[in-house]
Amino acid sequence: MPLVELERVNKSFGSLQALRDVDLVIEAGEVVVVIGPSGSGKSTLCRTINRLEPIDSGRILFEGMPIPAEGRELARLRSDIGMVFQSFNLFAHKSILDNITLGPIKARKLPKAQARREAMELLERVGIADKADRYPTELSGGQQQRAAIARALAMEPKLMLFDEPTSALDPEMIKEVLDVMRELAAEGTTMLVVSHEMGFARSAANRVVFMDAGEILESAPPDQFFDAPSTDRARNFLSKILVH
Amino acid sequence: MDVVLDNLDVFTRGMRTTVWLTGLSFALALVVGTLVAVFRVSPVPPLRWVGTLYVETVRNTPLTVLFVLFFFGLTKVGILYSAFTTAVIVLGGYTGAFVGEMLRSGINTVSRGQAEAARALGLTFPQVLRIVVLPQALRTVVAPLGGLAIALIKNSSIASVVAVKELSYLTGQLGNDTARYVPVLLGAAAAYLVLTVPLGIAIEALNRKVAIRR
Repeated sequence: MPLVELERVNKSFGSLQALRDVDLVIEAGEVVVVIGPSGSGKSTLCRTINRLEPIDSGRILFEGMPIPAEGRELARLRSDIGMVFQSFNLFAHKSILDNITLGPIKARKLPKAQARREAMELLERVGIADKADRYPTELSGGQQQRAAIARALAMEPKLMLFDEPTSALDPEMIKEVLDVMRELAAEGTTMLVVSHEMGFARSAANRVVFMDAGEILESAPPDQFFDAPSTDRARNFLSKILVH
Repeated sequence: MDVVLDNLDVFTRGMRTTVWLTGLSFALALVVGTLVAVFRVSPVPPLRWVGTLYVETVRNTPLTVLFVLFFFGLTKVGILYSAFTTAVIVLGGYTGAFVGEMLRSGINTVSRGQAEAARALGLTFPQVLRIVVLPQALRTVVAPLGGLAIALIKNSSIASVVAVKELSYLTGQLGNDTARYVPVLLGAAAAYLVLTVPLGIAIEALNRKVAIRR
């Protein structure tokens, strides 16, 4: 059974159709990178999977079960899906450590001491253990995003969603975040990554999904996609971003 | 000024009651205001309607009218509270409508991403509000809430219409008894300043302390 299945998913914002009959299957352990021009619906796709964006029609299954409507069931499901945002969204009024222990204590009902121990291990792993008592704005963008990844991992999720995790970062900070993500991918974490980082897609993805105007146009292993894209639209897109 | 100095105990008794009245009313106002704000941002439409109805009714009714309605209205239907308790309920309920509106605007200053991150972690809607959104909203409205608390100290003088023995009531009586209205009222004004000025300073300090570094 696949971890995630999307069947004929449609979503509109007013007159703009963000997703058009989208079908997508993600197997456990897979790293899927979604690329495409701005406004192609890739962020929306990412956000429908934990229902931050409700869909208009179609079905989304997680572990074979349809995603429930807003409520406790959905909250439980979300606690199994980690999410990393473009703008980090660390809780501004809480220290880095408290940001990371919040979910485990409030949603997973872990004892505080255990949550703190696990959080420190995660901070160690993403390389910012010395920032545990700082507040989000005291960290650089790259450090904030690594903290945000640790916050998501603290829930021991079955799936990690990354919604343009490096788009708000200065170039020299992109690498430190991608390194953490590469490590996760290598460990077998199931990941859906919306990104413009072609290098990451090529080296870490099992599959690249190309979207344009709300549709999935291609879904292929990275070598095949980058070396021999099958649609003109993808060829055109790649020629613009790879040569500049 | 002798009339003030000779009757200092009247002023201190009045101030004590005013402080209690204001403190309890403001505590109630914070509770009511939080509920109102939560109702008004709730995803459930009927709750939003209740919140709006409450705010529009209460804040558009003169405080004196609310006092008279509650004090004499409740007595008529057989519900008896002391004048002091009635005053706390009316002042707290009235101020709560304003607290609610301030908190609601504070909630709107908290970026959407904060609530989204909390939801994505698996927190329920009440948890998102209580743990992530409201604490940040509250920090942004400390200054206006403080202004409201100062206004409440002065509004509490309206409790004198139902004979609560607070500062205005007692000093009014003193004025009547001595026929020295001007010095007594100046004394009362000074007594209010003794309460409001330090509160203003405390609010400013609190505001600096809780400000979120951005």
